[in-house]
Amino acid sequence: MRFTRTKAVVAAAGLALALAGCGEDGGGSSEYEVVENPEFEAGTSLAKFAEEGSITIGVKTDQPGIGFLEPGAEDPTGFDIEMGKIIAGQMGISADNITWKETVSDNREPFLQKGTVDLVLASYSIDDEERRNIVGQAGPYYVTGQQLLVAANDDSIGGPEDLDGKKVCSVTGSTSIETVEKEYGAKPIPFDTYSACVNQLQNGSVDAVTTDGAILLGYVAQDPENLKVVGPEFSEERYGIGFEKGDTAMCDFLKKEIEESYDNGTWEQAFKSTLGESGVETPEPPAVDDICFTD
Amino acid sequence: MYLSELGSRLLDGFLVTLQLLGWSALFATLIGTALGAFRVSPIRPLRALGTSYVNVFRNTPLVVLFIIAVFGLPVLGIFRGNFFWLAVVALSTYTAAFVCEVVRSGVNTVDIGQAEAARSIGMGFSSSLRQVIMPQAFRAVIPPLASVYIALAKNTSVAAAFGITEATFQLSGLQRDFASRLLFNFAGIALGYILIVAVISLTASRFERRVAVSR
Repeated sequence: MRFTRTKAVVAAAGLALALAGCGEDGGGSSEYEVVENPEFEAGTSLAKFAEEGSITIGVKTDQPGIGFLEPGAEDPTGFDIEMGKIIAGQMGISADNITWKETVSDNREPFLQKGTVDLVLASYSIDDEERRNIVGQAGPYYVTGQQLLVAANDDSIGGPEDLDGKKVCSVTGSTSIETVEKEYGAKPIPFDTYSACVNQLQNGSVDAVTTDGAILLGYVAQDPENLKVVGPEFSEERYGIGFEKGDTAMCDFLKKEIEESYDNGTWEQAFKSTLGESGVETPEPPAVDDICFTD
Repeated sequence: MYLSELGSRLLDGFLVTLQLLGWSALFATLIGTALGAFRVSPIRPLRALGTSYVNVFRNTPLVVLFIIAVFGLPVLGIFRGNFFWLAVVALSTYTAAFVCEVVRSGVNTVDIGQAEAARSIGMGFSSSLRQVIMPQAFRAVIPPLASVYIALAKNTSVAAAFGITEATFQLSGLQRDFASRLLFNFAGIALGYILIVAVISLTASRFERRVAVSR
């Protein structure tokens, strides 16, 4: 009788440990420095956020490793979220005073223009021609490239040049889906989330899924027996932080803080605890652009 | 440059939208009319079949039907990878329930005396339905049927999230590439849908006038 009880206790303890371990997976639960009483020029948006002690950040919630909301979880996790915490900390705002707001690709600009969100960190590719006309974008803080996810037993696709006439799935409104259609002659299959695309690949309805390599690696980690990432990166996506156009103080602040995070190791810490979990090595951080928006 | 790009993308998108609309309307009308006939037939199991179809599919959200069709049917080996026909299956299944109700209400507008008269001269159920009831019911169903087709035209936009590059998909692409022209992008798409709806209602009112009885 006693023996059974001991076993039960051991099993329960093991389960508790295992559960605690789960929370750590790719979640990135690091703590970052929160500056006390930061000084900003009066009247700037920075001074306002610091004074209020809170900020609203737009993030993705369907990209494992970058911006992802686990079913049932309260806060999203991922590299973008970690970068948001680092930046907010330098404004004197602690992680629990950040309001995370889901943004999808279509509503990032309207949300910034209307002030629904103060910053956007949502795998937000810097686009010099169109986006920087209407919003500010500081960065890049991360550079990735488009790759292909195919079935592990499929040898017919080795790179983007094999895509002619193939059914390639990606998210409606993404840049990836346009590239494979226009430049490589693939038949685009749009879905509303990447996980829906991966599901279609797993049941054999599409030939490949395409988006930024970092996101694809997250899915391989979930199902390594059936999925693989192939080919070189055939585009360059430079992730930047979006904010309201014309806010030069914010532009200077973000540029400085992104570079600061490279130097003091917080950028590396953020990467290793999120995207790094899928097995990719920590890359060299990219050089930050001088400008944030066009005049 | 922007306008020509807008035009060609809208054309691409609305061609697919129209194909979806055409095929789905065709199948929904065929299935829906058959079900409507079931619901007014004297055979109890057929009536029950018609009633349960309407109860199930009219009360299921379209998105749920899309999920069942697009994620479920390929697992059974049906239309695997053929997203267009999967979308047509979802749209026709859904819309058929509405067509069925329109047909049934149309039949109910025909005076019962017409059916009795047909019976009394020896016509069976199917020939009295085809030759006496349906031609008269047709008149009454045109306006509500047009509404069903209009709803269907707009419902095709759901397919953008299920593998179809129709008009709403093109809108997302326009938003991505021409973010600063938000209003034009939306206006272009809206105009396309308005044109489709206008054609449907115009055709319906033509038909209505042609078959109208002078009273």
